[in-house]
Amino acid sequence: MVYLTRKCEFSASHYYHNPEFTEEENQRAFGKCANLNGHGHNYTLEVTVKGDVDSRTGFVVDLKDLKEILNREVLEALDHRHLNKEVPEFLRQIPTTENLAIAIWNRLQSKLKVAKLHRVRVYEMPNLFVDFYGEA
Amino acid sequence: MKAHLTRRYIFSASHRLHCDDLSEEQNREVYGKCNNPHGHGHNYALEVTVSGQVNGKTGMVCGLAELDETVRRGILDRFDHANLNLCAEFKAAVPTTENLSEAIFHILKQNFKAAHLEKVRLEETAMNSFEYCGN
Repeated sequence: MVYLTRKCEFSASHYYHNPEFTEEENQRAFGKCANLNGHGHNYTLEVTVKGDVDSRTGFVVDLKDLKEILNREVLEALDHRHLNKEVPEFLRQIPTTENLAIAIWNRLQSKLKVAKLHRVRVYEMPNLFVDFYGEA
Repeated sequence: MKAHLTRRYIFSASHRLHCDDLSEEQNREVYGKCNNPHGHGHNYALEVTVSGQVNGKTGMVCGLAELDETVRRGILDRFDHANLNLCAEFKAAVPTTENLSEAIFHILKQNFKAAHLEKVRLEETAMNSFEYCGN
């Protein structure tokens, strides 16, 4: 079993706001992130897949295929978007880094045929990242 | 859904690696330059990883402000710009980064209850890092 990690970057805006909370509760839970005018980040995404090395190609996965899936399923949907307003998963869910990692996992999992998805790591900033391993 | 969240912090501290049970010569042999009697320092980078269910109302594993505050009070206020050899945690232990990782893990384990503490990872320099996950 070999693990392969592909890294890419995207930039997006968002805000954190739960309509069931009062304004005070939103402020307490989310601080500056509750500003409804939004703010943005340069996100770094690391996708790790695992599998046996194909004896003919020497690959765990064809990187060209993986890049295409990442471009189509993740970057085209998220890069230079407002997550709350343009990405279906976040019309009713808060686009925290945790939820973003889960959403990216769900977008990728069924599209990967050869290698198996192992981990989605999303850096919101260099000093904050979330890992999701598909755990319930 | 269970997610792992990692937050990175920086602090600077000095130390000298020296074991009283060893002779001067043995200390120099074991610790090399790190045994310099006048000590030396590092910019440490600390990564704290916590895990838990993503809260349906907040979308978060835990409040980041609470984690930051616990690390500030428990770790940064204690070790940043300190001489580790003089800290209570190293009265009876050599302040290696292994021992510092364990000390940090135990302090955080005791003080942070909002999510499960998975791991601390401590970079002494860009070339050396240590991880401790409890027993």
